[in-house]
Amino acid sequence: MKHTISLLVENKPGVLSRVAGLFSGRGFNIESLSVAQTLDSQISRMTILTTGDDQILEQIIKQLNKLINVIKVIDFKNNEYVGRELALIKVTVTDKTRSEILSIVDIFRGKVLDVSPESYTVEITGDENKINAILDLFLSLGIKEVARTGSAALIRGSKSRVVRNKKAGNLTSESTHITGEEVAHREED
Amino acid sequence: MKEKTGAQIFFESLKKEGVTDIFGFPGGAVLDIYNEMKHHPTIRHILVRHEQAAVHAADGYARASGKVGVCLVTSGPGATNTVTGLATAYMDSVPIIVFTGQVPTMLIGNDAFQEADIVGITRPCTKHNYLVKAIDELATTIKEAFHIVRTGRYGPVLIDLPKDVIKASTSFHYPEHLHLQGYKPTYAGHMKQVKWAFSEILKAKKPLIYAGGGVVSSGAAKELTEFAHTLQIPVTTTLMGLGCFPGTDPLSLGMLGMHGTYRANMAITNCDLLIAIGARFDDRVTGDVTKFAPYAKIIHIDIDPTSISKNVRVDIPIVGDAKDVLKKFRSLLEEGKKTNWRSSRKSWFAQILKWKSRHNLDYQQKDMIKPQYVVEQLYHLTKGKAIITTEVGQNQMWTAQYYNFEQPRKLLTSGGLGTMGYGFPAAIGAQVAFPQEMVIDIAGDGSIQMNIQELATAVQYKLPVKVAILNNRYLGMVRQWQELFYNKNYSATSLEVSPDFVKLAEAYGAVGLRATKTKEVIPVIKKALQSPKPVLMDFIVEQEEGVYPMVPAGASIDNMILL
Repeated sequence: MKHTISLLVENKPGVLSRVAGLFSGRGFNIESLSVAQTLDSQISRMTILTTGDDQILEQIIKQLNKLINVIKVIDFKNNEYVGRELALIKVTVTDKTRSEILSIVDIFRGKVLDVSPESYTVEITGDENKINAILDLFLSLGIKEVARTGSAALIRGSKSRVVRNKKAGNLTSESTHITGEEVAHREED
Repeated sequence: MKEKTGAQIFFESLKKEGVTDIFGFPGGAVLDIYNEMKHHPTIRHILVRHEQAAVHAADGYARASGKVGVCLVTSGPGATNTVTGLATAYMDSVPIIVFTGQVPTMLIGNDAFQEADIVGITRPCTKHNYLVKAIDELATTIKEAFHIVRTGRYGPVLIDLPKDVIKASTSFHYPEHLHLQGYKPTYAGHMKQVKWAFSEILKAKKPLIYAGGGVVSSGAAKELTEFAHTLQIPVTTTLMGLGCFPGTDPLSLGMLGMHGTYRANMAITNCDLLIAIGARFDDRVTGDVTKFAPYAKIIHIDIDPTSISKNVRVDIPIVGDAKDVLKKFRSLLEEGKKTNWRSSRKSWFAQILKWKSRHNLDYQQKDMIKPQYVVEQLYHLTKGKAIITTEVGQNQMWTAQYYNFEQPRKLLTSGGLGTMGYGFPAAIGAQVAFPQEMVIDIAGDGSIQMNIQELATAVQYKLPVKVAILNNRYLGMVRQWQELFYNKNYSATSLEVSPDFVKLAEAYGAVGLRATKTKEVIPVIKKALQSPKPVLMDFIVEQEEGVYPMVPAGASIDNMILL
């Protein structure tokens, strides 16, 4: 099953390697990954897309929680989150295809970032399906190169996994670890 | 404030943590620390002969005493030699800290002389590790390390110290408090879960406790014993749990699993409620997981959420410290009405008694020494009070079967990783922690040779460690597998050449003794126990003796090859 896992981690060297090691150590592939600093420069958010056996993934998520540098792990369930990725696509253009490409870009609410006589570089944002769809359309027209980011994801609604620590004036995480109750509820389900 | 060097901060920080002993081996990258050592006489340094032994010694020290074991080695090969020790401690959740030297920060990544990326190498076999990149981080890092190793589920931490950081100076301030956002272990078992588990315990007709090393780490042996006695629940322990419940107690079923007792494995297979405490359902315990405790509801108490439902789906998980949860059970018990548990479980006890009367641990006494006999005599002659370490293989299993451990922290053995060469340096570490106690390494002729150089350490520091070699001229456990599962094709398991252990001991300045006949066993052990020196006892034992019962790998645990 496909999982989108969002992590708040300490922004320190070696953290990515610790996180990645839990996947690679079990022969799991990370399909996409994005990492960047949060409003608090000491904390980064990682978003990981992966596919695998649910029980093993549950184990990986528990292990992620156990890492000293990991502050919070959220395994997003279906529709519980919004996620977007960005793709830059260098597509071949000819006199015949120029207008078709522009109209596709328009339909997908993309932007042409760079124009040359033989190619356009197009920027598209969206969920994975949307990006795959435009790539499919461009494929027959000729794609020279693609650069895709991993997904960035946030939980829907006003719920926040990060609270503002007024005293310190920066962002810190709320409760950090799986508690007995959380495990219990999961087991009860 | 007067500034202190990294080396001074190192020692001052260790003193703040109450460290009195370090096991180590010097080298270029840590020369500044060694140079500073003489100014800190409250910290004793034990010079080992191989860095792997330094880690095992720190590990044995920690397991025997419950304190944090500390180890100091140089960069590169010094650091890589600690990997086996770290992995051993990691698998068995032992609180040790390994300090490694590192090349100066500006040379890191340059393939400098004696450089190794030890932080990268040990990431998967430490609970956490650090590269200290600036002198100002040093004190906080040490404080964090001591906090991390001995909280939550214990485990080793490595701190890599570049030479320029050790040489640099800063004002020293040992932090009082730490702020580790991502590390807040759960100690308190959730009350709702505890009550649920408790109600199942009261309902159960055939309950069984399966206790592991977590009970020892948690210091919950007393609570466990009281709990089992009050509710009259039989107890089986894992290898790591031996001693957390008295081995001679009528409720004790001994060890379970691959070389577990018939009664323990049968009880697991037939119980209706299994209470796992501080154990992790290791494959050597469960055998075929689908047939493990097939009729039982399973309660699992563990401080590490990742242990729960890892191998076996459990019905009632409780994340928390074993001691906390057992105390909660006790308070629930005090609230409830008194019941005569023994009589309400009459048929369960009758069944267990039947199992107990069959297939007991046994061996055929002969003129040729039986290894089991040696362990039995060690047990009798030390009155079961010695600290026992083992190597790995047959020696380890016979020790687990024939030495009745009455107390926790008396058996130090590499359970998870199964590290040959662990026992002797671990015994040295235990002896450093307890100079007055009897410490015995029960070894095989194969595994003792993996760290035999430590005889020099034992002699140099006058550590009267005893080693009992069960010498069968084979890598015995591997040979046993070859006998049973590989048509007796003894490929590469015959140790045709070994040193004369008696002469070897003498060459090191230790005492060497040998027994070749059964009647010589007791006199040799007595002589060794009376000696104030380290003693190597060479017991020439029956060559092809096997460890039984045995569950073939992957079979269900009631499927035992009996004697």
